[in-house]
Amino acid sequence: MTAAVTLDGVGCTFGHGAGAVRAVDEVRLTIEAGEFFTLLGPSGSGKTTVLRMIGGFTLPTRGRVHIGGQDVTMLPPYARPVNTVFQDYALFPHMTIRANVAYPLMVRKVERRAREQRADELLALVQLAGVGERRPAQLSGGQRQRVALARALISEPQVLLLDEPLGALDLKLREQMQSELKALQRRLGITFLFITHDQHEALSMSDRIGIFNAGRLEQVGTPQAVYDRPATRFVAQFVGAANVLEGDAARRLTGHAQAMLRPERIRVGDAAGARASGTVAEVQFFGAFTRVKVVLEGVEPSPRLQADLPTGQGVRVPASGDAVHLHWDEPAVHALAAA
Amino acid sequence: MNPAEAVAVPRTMQRAASDLLYTRRGLLLLLLLAPPLLWFGVIYLGSLFALLANAFFRLDDFTGQVVREVGVSNFIALFDPANLDVARRTIGMAIAVTLACTLLAFPLAYMMARHARGWTKAALYIAVMLPLWSSYLVRLYAWKLLLAKEGAISWLAAQLHFSWLIEALLATPLIGGPSLSFSTLGTFIVFVYMWLPFMVLPLMAALERIPASTLEASADLGAGPAATLRHVILPLAMPGIAAGSIFTFSLTLGDYIIPQVIGDSTLYIGQVVYRQQGVAGNIPFAAAFSLVPIVVIGVYLWLAKRKGAFDAL
Repeated sequence: MTAAVTLDGVGCTFGHGAGAVRAVDEVRLTIEAGEFFTLLGPSGSGKTTVLRMIGGFTLPTRGRVHIGGQDVTMLPPYARPVNTVFQDYALFPHMTIRANVAYPLMVRKVERRAREQRADELLALVQLAGVGERRPAQLSGGQRQRVALARALISEPQVLLLDEPLGALDLKLREQMQSELKALQRRLGITFLFITHDQHEALSMSDRIGIFNAGRLEQVGTPQAVYDRPATRFVAQFVGAANVLEGDAARRLTGHAQAMLRPERIRVGDAAGARASGTVAEVQFFGAFTRVKVVLEGVEPSPRLQADLPTGQGVRVPASGDAVHLHWDEPAVHALAAA
Repeated sequence: MNPAEAVAVPRTMQRAASDLLYTRRGLLLLLLLAPPLLWFGVIYLGSLFALLANAFFRLDDFTGQVVREVGVSNFIALFDPANLDVARRTIGMAIAVTLACTLLAFPLAYMMARHARGWTKAALYIAVMLPLWSSYLVRLYAWKLLLAKEGAISWLAAQLHFSWLIEALLATPLIGGPSLSFSTLGTFIVFVYMWLPFMVLPLMAALERIPASTLEASADLGAGPAATLRHVILPLAMPGIAAGSIFTFSLTLGDYIIPQVIGDSTLYIGQVVYRQQGVAGNIPFAAAFSLVPIVVIGVYLWLAKRKGAFDAL
């Protein structure tokens, strides 16, 4: 398999001198052909700048960008074999939906009948057959999203870039679009580079995830690897809920200098064989599970651990103020490299 | 005392009026809109209809009095070769001025809307607006001096060895004349100068409204800069061009001072109207002639709408 996208020490600094902002710092990353790759990170972490450098909207100040083995670092967007689904969809308001989707073929001088037929095929692919005559303003947010997708796919790009495309949709629609996007990607075999700040979206859709923080790529791996074996404290806390222990408490409870323990791996049980004991400070019901926050005793300064207890499996949920004993298995503990 | 009464607001006239306006939203709207509606409806539209009505009367050549009988003699007179010539020249000038203003304003408006930031934007904005703060007549007579045979432009052209170009232009039939200030070319230059801000400002507003992501999307989808300009920027800027061209077009159609100060002695619609209602006292014919620009603008707007100039609104 050839690499779809290779970033070779790519960096981007905005501004000059003392006011310069280092948006992206020396990113090395290879995205395989046919992969669904997600860049996950908080807003302002530089993930969108990386996407813009691949799309050609922002020029890197260091490093090289390769797409399909070709060096495209200094090529303008219209000369790159990638297409983008923009966060605000960026449909052309003065054109019909069909003309929007056919736009890439029109600028390549494909004959009108052929390009309109192809546009209708793409609209059918995203389940929007029959809206070709309408204008973008007449469609809902979810429909516009699909039009943007059809338009970005019509010229069969090597890589499809998606910049937080589901951010503006409500929860139900977002979940539906997640599975549709994933199914579409498998069917077309096109490399997807997906940008999001939503860890659930990243975990459920991706083949691999790259986690971004403060302009740096902190970890790259499969969703399972990133969740079970986070490389840094930031990754542990950003992806899923995590108890991060450090100092004395970490050494006494886990034997490591810094360690992570996922809340769902902690059970409430008897005093016998308990790894820690404490008092319940807060109980929150989330539907599928109940989150119990426990202030530990016998360790100074007393850390808090949260345990997620599954609903409806005969687990007794303690009340606030109860004394509880916490249990976990040895493999639940993941040692973090001290920062 | 009952505590509820202690906080109750006293029933005053002011309070009652405020309650009435709050519960009857239509009343408030009516009160606010009455002055502008009266102004627009009675004074503006009223005089426009009075003008229209006058166009159907006629002047008795013998007595010099207006005869209040409905007829179309004024409209027939519009088709005299001399009057047709005036209308054709004025409309041709208006079209040329509008085209030149659009071409000159577009790069400037684009720069102001999409690239200039901070103080450069403010400086450009002031540069466009500043001429409007000084009197139109002052600027017009300044141009008279600039364009004169011994004026600054001739002098500069001589220094740069460009006199041959000005002479060639002045020797051209239709636009030429003895000097720039006595030629149709001079009239055109001053018209373009005077109305340029009225094209720059609406065009800039339209260009500012184009989301940056649509331009990036166009490039992303394979369109080079020229294709993006043609298929995305120009169509989305059309409402601005249309708005600006209504200014440049109608201001040129109606102006009677610029062609009087600068140009050869040929007449424009505004001058004919001015002379007919003033010296000749022929208000009916002046009214009929002043309907020409209104009809031309109406046809222009209808064509612009049919061509889809307002689709992006």
